[in-house]
Amino acid sequence: MRQHLAVLLVIAVLVAAWQALYSAAGDIAVASPLATLDRMAQMLQTASFWENARETGYALLCAAVLAIVGGVALGVALGVRRLATAVAEPILITLYSIPKVTLYPLVLLIFGLGISAKVAFGVMHGLIPIAIFAMNAIRQMKPVYLRSSRVLRLTALQTATSIVLPAILPELLSGVRIGFSLTLLGVLIGEMFASRHGLGFLITNAMGLGDMATIMAIALFLTAFALAANGLFASLSRLVHR
Amino acid sequence: MTAAGWIRTALVVAFVAAVELMCRTGIIPHSVLVPPSEMASELLSILVAGTMTGDIVSTFGNALLATVIAVGLGFALGLAIHALPALRSAIEPLLASYYAVPTFIYYPVFIVLFGVGDRAIIAIAVLLAVVAMITATLNGIDRIPPVLTKTARIYRMSRLKTALMVQLPAAAPHLFTGVKLSVAYAFIGVIASEFILSGSGLGYEIAYAYNNFENRKMYALMLLVLLSVALINAVLDIVDDRLQARRRR
Repeated sequence: MRQHLAVLLVIAVLVAAWQALYSAAGDIAVASPLATLDRMAQMLQTASFWENARETGYALLCAAVLAIVGGVALGVALGVRRLATAVAEPILITLYSIPKVTLYPLVLLIFGLGISAKVAFGVMHGLIPIAIFAMNAIRQMKPVYLRSSRVLRLTALQTATSIVLPAILPELLSGVRIGFSLTLLGVLIGEMFASRHGLGFLITNAMGLGDMATIMAIALFLTAFALAANGLFASLSRLVHR
Repeated sequence: MTAAGWIRTALVVAFVAAVELMCRTGIIPHSVLVPPSEMASELLSILVAGTMTGDIVSTFGNALLATVIAVGLGFALGLAIHALPALRSAIEPLLASYYAVPTFIYYPVFIVLFGVGDRAIIAIAVLLAVVAMITATLNGIDRIPPVLTKTARIYRMSRLKTALMVQLPAAAPHLFTGVKLSVAYAFIGVIASEFILSGSGLGYEIAYAYNNFENRKMYALMLLVLLSVALINAVLDIVDDRLQARRRR
């Protein structure tokens, strides 16, 4: 209870700081908290907002499914072989740390403008951390698990689904939590740079018009969504850990 | 080099050769991807001619400055937050979910707040990088074995001496993880903001070349970014390995 109270207090401080910033910088720079909430309430009632939100949601769903399935498959395939892990890990970590915005022209040239570029950009951001988490989790797995799978003469697929995946589930969920946030980031960046639909596009559009209330309202909506998703994954992994 | 290192090098070389071959034979059209050899030669001529030197210096300078500020500020904030347990318990959930929020969507606000230019770029990069350093600092102080501080007390070391000679070295491996992340985030912040809000720097030049269909130049600059980030990572990894090895001793 005290924990919740403290978090509420921090949020109150943040809102107060936002209000102070608004008083200091004025209408051109930021919208006040009240004006932002007002615009958000307005926006949530329009059909066009939900249409764009649906567009973003659909791209996010596709990208997240691809990133999770691909990341888990890659991580498990490399992770169960020690040499493959040693070879691939530095490559994956380098790929993880490059500023992927740099590669966005490449994605556009391959996939063209539209939903496939957004999805590809999301997958690019989300897949690698999931694979890295899966690989690390397998490395810390008890060696006896893999040995018993060999004793039972399980096929590679059976080993993966009935031994490796259940054993690494908690770490995998942490990887998916990070991967999902990054996928969301990738999809939004894709929309900001190269799309005519979606919430990312709405932000760049409002930016061109200098409409700060709309920018803040969408940003706040996305922040709330990201925090909710993050919280959901966090409580899921707490459930599994127990 | 280890066996894994040789295989890794062979894999990368084979990958580059395969891309080169596919580009040369036209399986990948020239309008999509330029052969790697052409990227490298273009990059070399850009570096020799010096047309991009200003942009390169500005990007790396901003990233360096942002890293230094983020590491210093993050360390100081981490110490302060650690000293105040009540504040810490309130702020920790916020820190834990900070990177879940796509901060990129707040860039338009930052542009208006900080203006356009180096100051805005550095501010954005610092905001992105600082939380990693705060988290690493908290983690580092938490993991100092109590026996070390007890030993310091037995030797009657002063508070300052304990901090400098015992606590700082003990926390160093964790702090360095924060530095590594800060470097990565500072680069991402600088290059991403150059893409959308700047008139100079590597990010801007890549976006500009893309808009003008100058694929050779664009890919040459992308190669430069990839190579430098890979190189910086490799150097940081070597330092990291040394620190981790010392901890295990």
